[in-house]
Amino acid sequence: MSSATATTEPRAYHLPEEPHLHEGHSTMLGFWMYLMSDCLIFAILFATYAVLGGNFAGGPGPKDLFDLPLIALNTAMLLFSSITYGFAMLAMEKNKVSATQGWLFVTLLFGGAFLFIELYEFSHLIHEGAGPWRSAFLSAFFTLVGTHGLHVTFGSIWLITLMVQVAKKGLIPANKRRLMCLSLFWHFLDVIWIGVFTFVYLMGVLR
Amino acid sequence: MTTAQMIFGRLTWDSFPWHEPIVVATFCAVVLGGAALAAALTYFKLWGYLWKEWFTSVDHKKIGIMYMVLGLIMFLRGFADAIMMRLQQALAFNGSEGYLNAHHYDQVFTAHGVIMIFFVAMPFITGLMNYIVPLQIGARDVSFPFLNNFSFWMTTGGAVLVMASLFLGEFAQTGWLAYPPLSGIDYSPATGVDYYIWALQVAGVGTTLSGINLIATIVKMRAPGMSLMKMPVFTWTSLCANVLIVASFPILTATLVLLSLDRYAGTNFFTNDFGGNPMMYVNLIWIWGHPEVYILILPLFGVFSEVTSTFSGKRLFGYTSMVYATCTIMVLSYLVWLHHFFTMGSGASVNSFFGITTMIISIPTGAKLFNWLFTMYRGRIRFELPMMWTVAFMLTFTIGGMTGVMLAVPPADFVLHNSLFLIAHFHNVIIGGVLFGLFAAINYWWPKAFGFKLNVFWGKVSFWCWQVGFWMAFTPLYIMGLMGVTRRMRVFDDPSLQIWFVIAAIGAAIVAAGIGAMLVQFAVSIWKRDELKVEGDPWDGRTLEWATSSPPPEYNFAFTPVVYDADSWADMKKNGYQRPLTGYQPIHMPSSTGSGVILAALATLCGFALIWYIWWLAGLSFIGMIGYAIFHTFNYKRDFYIPVEDVTRTEEERTRILAAGV
Amino acid sequence: MSHPLSPNWIRLLRWSAPILAAPLAGCNWVVMNPSGDIAVQQRDLILISTALMLLIVIPVMVLIVWFAWRYRAANKAVEKDYDPDWDHSTKLELLIWSAPLLIIICLGALTWVSTHKLDPYRPLDRIDAKTAIDPKVKPLTVQVVALDWKWLFIYPDLGIATVNEMALPTNVPVRFDITASTVMNSFYVPELAGQIYAMPGMKTQLHAVANKPVTGTGFSANYSGAGFTHMRFGYKALDQAGFDAWVAKVKASSAKLDRNMYLSLAKPSEKAPVAYFDASDTKLFDAIVNLCPKPGQRCMGELMHINQMGGAGKESAKETNGLQYDFPNSHVIDQEDRNKGQETAPDAPGADKAPAADQSSHSGADAHAQHR
Repeated sequence: MSSATATTEPRAYHLPEEPHLHEGHSTMLGFWMYLMSDCLIFAILFATYAVLGGNFAGGPGPKDLFDLPLIALNTAMLLFSSITYGFAMLAMEKNKVSATQGWLFVTLLFGGAFLFIELYEFSHLIHEGAGPWRSAFLSAFFTLVGTHGLHVTFGSIWLITLMVQVAKKGLIPANKRRLMCLSLFWHFLDVIWIGVFTFVYLMGVLR
Repeated sequence: MTTAQMIFGRLTWDSFPWHEPIVVATFCAVVLGGAALAAALTYFKLWGYLWKEWFTSVDHKKIGIMYMVLGLIMFLRGFADAIMMRLQQALAFNGSEGYLNAHHYDQVFTAHGVIMIFFVAMPFITGLMNYIVPLQIGARDVSFPFLNNFSFWMTTGGAVLVMASLFLGEFAQTGWLAYPPLSGIDYSPATGVDYYIWALQVAGVGTTLSGINLIATIVKMRAPGMSLMKMPVFTWTSLCANVLIVASFPILTATLVLLSLDRYAGTNFFTNDFGGNPMMYVNLIWIWGHPEVYILILPLFGVFSEVTSTFSGKRLFGYTSMVYATCTIMVLSYLVWLHHFFTMGSGASVNSFFGITTMIISIPTGAKLFNWLFTMYRGRIRFELPMMWTVAFMLTFTIGGMTGVMLAVPPADFVLHNSLFLIAHFHNVIIGGVLFGLFAAINYWWPKAFGFKLNVFWGKVSFWCWQVGFWMAFTPLYIMGLMGVTRRMRVFDDPSLQIWFVIAAIGAAIVAAGIGAMLVQFAVSIWKRDELKVEGDPWDGRTLEWATSSPPPEYNFAFTPVVYDADSWADMKKNGYQRPLTGYQPIHMPSSTGSGVILAALATLCGFALIWYIWWLAGLSFIGMIGYAIFHTFNYKRDFYIPVEDVTRTEEERTRILAAGV
Repeated sequence: MSHPLSPNWIRLLRWSAPILAAPLAGCNWVVMNPSGDIAVQQRDLILISTALMLLIVIPVMVLIVWFAWRYRAANKAVEKDYDPDWDHSTKLELLIWSAPLLIIICLGALTWVSTHKLDPYRPLDRIDAKTAIDPKVKPLTVQVVALDWKWLFIYPDLGIATVNEMALPTNVPVRFDITASTVMNSFYVPELAGQIYAMPGMKTQLHAVANKPVTGTGFSANYSGAGFTHMRFGYKALDQAGFDAWVAKVKASSAKLDRNMYLSLAKPSEKAPVAYFDASDTKLFDAIVNLCPKPGQRCMGELMHINQMGGAGKESAKETNGLQYDFPNSHVIDQEDRNKGQETAPDAPGADKAPAADQSSHSGADAHAQHR
């Protein structure tokens, strides 16, 4: 560990060619870390739901409220959107601008359908008096599912932005990198939703 | 709802604290001072300079310095709160209510805690890491320079909200962690807790992003040859601290979101009724809170390592065990949170588990102390100011660590919890560890940042004032803790306690003198900077930051150094390193941008509007923020090349100075 | 039953504690010199753990000063020892990790044993170091309610209740059932035993025993809002005869602690005077813990039963009567009460004679004088 090497040949303290970091060299790593920090937020919301999810305050429980077929449809929308995003990425790899844009648009439609169904579910619950203020269970439920929904909303806004940018600049490296980031984000939301579906809806109704 | 309420929310003429003479006087002083400053800036035509060279700069060095300035300003505010508390507690005896009523006093102790942790300690360490880490790893900037600027302004935005609470409405009266149900809307209906929430949320975004940024920087941008185990120890501890930031601040964010939903949307997470559970909040906030204290102390452990090694003229003893100790502390810091509330009535097994994990942390910490000890062993110790602070730290922190382990024994904690003993303990480690470390770091790296050393005489005055003042202020608190005196008390019945509070107040006054001496030290040093001028390496440093000029050029290194050793600059000096004098190339750098300032200003405005229920403004500023962020992404041109002529000119200037020095 | 560690140790420490405190005589180091057996054991634990840590802390601090002084650059005598590249020694590394480890193993064992032994939920098995007791003996129960900002003590076995004054018979094991009305507090009598949080909607427990007749103070050790600083009560440990007399005096009070009286007591107030009550409503404490002291409020026990059943059906979403417990501005002291110059709100029906008959009695004044 100590520098006994002082006797060996003189050390080169600079490289002949300056090391060059390519543009966006840390972006994927940084974005991944952001996703993990976001994951932690969801972890807290899941934990909160685990602790408070059984406190109905004399009100309705999951069995009384959740409509599994509707949620299954909703889940399908999100899963399809992930697949179509995957197709968009394949098209991007082949530098096909219009195919990429097409698949991105389909993804957006599925995402929109997901959000629409979620909003329908929420408004239905609120109409029945089971709003987030009714019990700690419903507070935790609305917050967990709503936070996911908000993420999908922002993901969709981001998707539209990227479609405009791809339309303007084409599939330049910067745009490809951005599409990769959104891809991570979109699939991440999918994974979270699978957790929500299993943990909140399925276990809520079947338990 | 009236039109005025529509426009101004709950902000009314009465929201201004007209009836509080202390606050009005402070307000006048701040307005006059601010006006004078603004006038001076205008007169000397400095606005453009500040905006172009500092506010919009993405240079990690400038951002680092701005963080330090922010920390210093907030430190003065936080310390003013401390003095007010000491004075109140020294006066409020024999039926006297002191000079602060509960409404005011309870804000003061809450603000003191919040400011000192979030807006003093955090900006200081973030600033330090920002400035030093890229230099130590031989990088030209951080991974995400724009994000760095944005993070700084978000932190500042949070600080602005806290300061605004002084003159507009009120701050939280809940203690610095705002436990519900007390912090719930039914028990704290005014703006205080909302200021708390939004200040921390806005600043928290900045902190998380800067954590991500620095991790990416350390992972991706190290100079060639610098493997992980050849990183300087300060970089190592920074890496661990930033991992802790990224892995704990989201918890704070989520927890505060839940609290704000309770307050704004009527949910029932932490309420007594409708199935809420306030204990949940206490657990969540401490799952963030305990790693937070290690976020604060770990980088300073790095500072002490660098300083001890440099001023002993030796390699750091036990580099490897130092690194493992740091990582162990990082992991263990997540397994101890419950020791903050042993008294909540968990079972004996749960309590002993958390008590024992807490004690286990003292093993790597103890190992670190021994490492510094044996670094001094057989050294040639130069007692410059940084080394003085370091030795003071070792002695102070050992005591603080010991009282900490005492608190970790649950049944002992039952009698010491929430007492002044606890207050003395954590000030013992935070002042003795974090602040002393910062003072060591400031004295150590000031010449790096500005090219001249700090005045030694005033530095020593400050040092001794702090030592004497610190022990005078906190020894009485230890003692009163053993007398069963509780924290956050405003008035006392037992007259025999007064003497202790008077001693503590005198101690605080001596600390104030120490802070004053430090400000004088800065002023004198800047005034006489020509006499204190230094070249690149004034302390015979050992790590890469000393390999370049002081202050470093904006690109840090004209040529990226290659690293063979953890003490790479010592290694370069030893092997007769020659600075290359030709072959300069254009250097690729990120461009400045005002987007960070604008986005953070919009976020702060949004927070302010939410605090005052000015819904239209909240909505507008939020949409503005999203819109501006999207607009910003349409700017693809974010970098430029420093032309080779500029590099050559800068480097040749340095060659001239070096030659003149010899 | 003796302490897990050597009793000689403890005896030594116990003797040395007052000696250490001698220079500061005149002050009451109550945590270091308590009169209840649990607090005494907690004090011992502080002393033992301190001693254990000093084993390593003192050498380290001596070494820091010694090395710093000896290896100063100005000291020419050790110049020949200078070794800038010495940075590793397996033996030393072993020492610096194992020495703290050994101490922590001892401390950890001590922690595990003492935490279980002094678990506040655990019934006492001794009155003091010399007197064992069967844990199955039914202790005296005291129900403690932290109100804003005063303390209510209910003695269900005796049918009495007090505000801001608590008395205990000496050498009788006591079980405290602790809760709070609105926000978190911490119930702490340094003379008697360590603190335990008092939390709304929850019941915590503390077992303790007073060994000597003494008067002292108890208080909330957890900040609970504007009136926190005055949230203190008189504590007295009395011998059996004294305690009986005290009970008789409380019983003589004509005020009755019914639900209405409780609700009026529970309103926020500061510096509430000592008050005595006849308390025959044995269900009151349970109702407080279950957040349903007010008529019409639904109790948590019932709601938790519904939780077990998986919910109360779709229609129950709109049935919210009796569920609300927190109300807006719960911490604001009623201006009318304040204007009337009365510190406890007595506007509950049937209580217009004042909350508690006994403000002027000798003991009330006495206890109040004990507040520090």
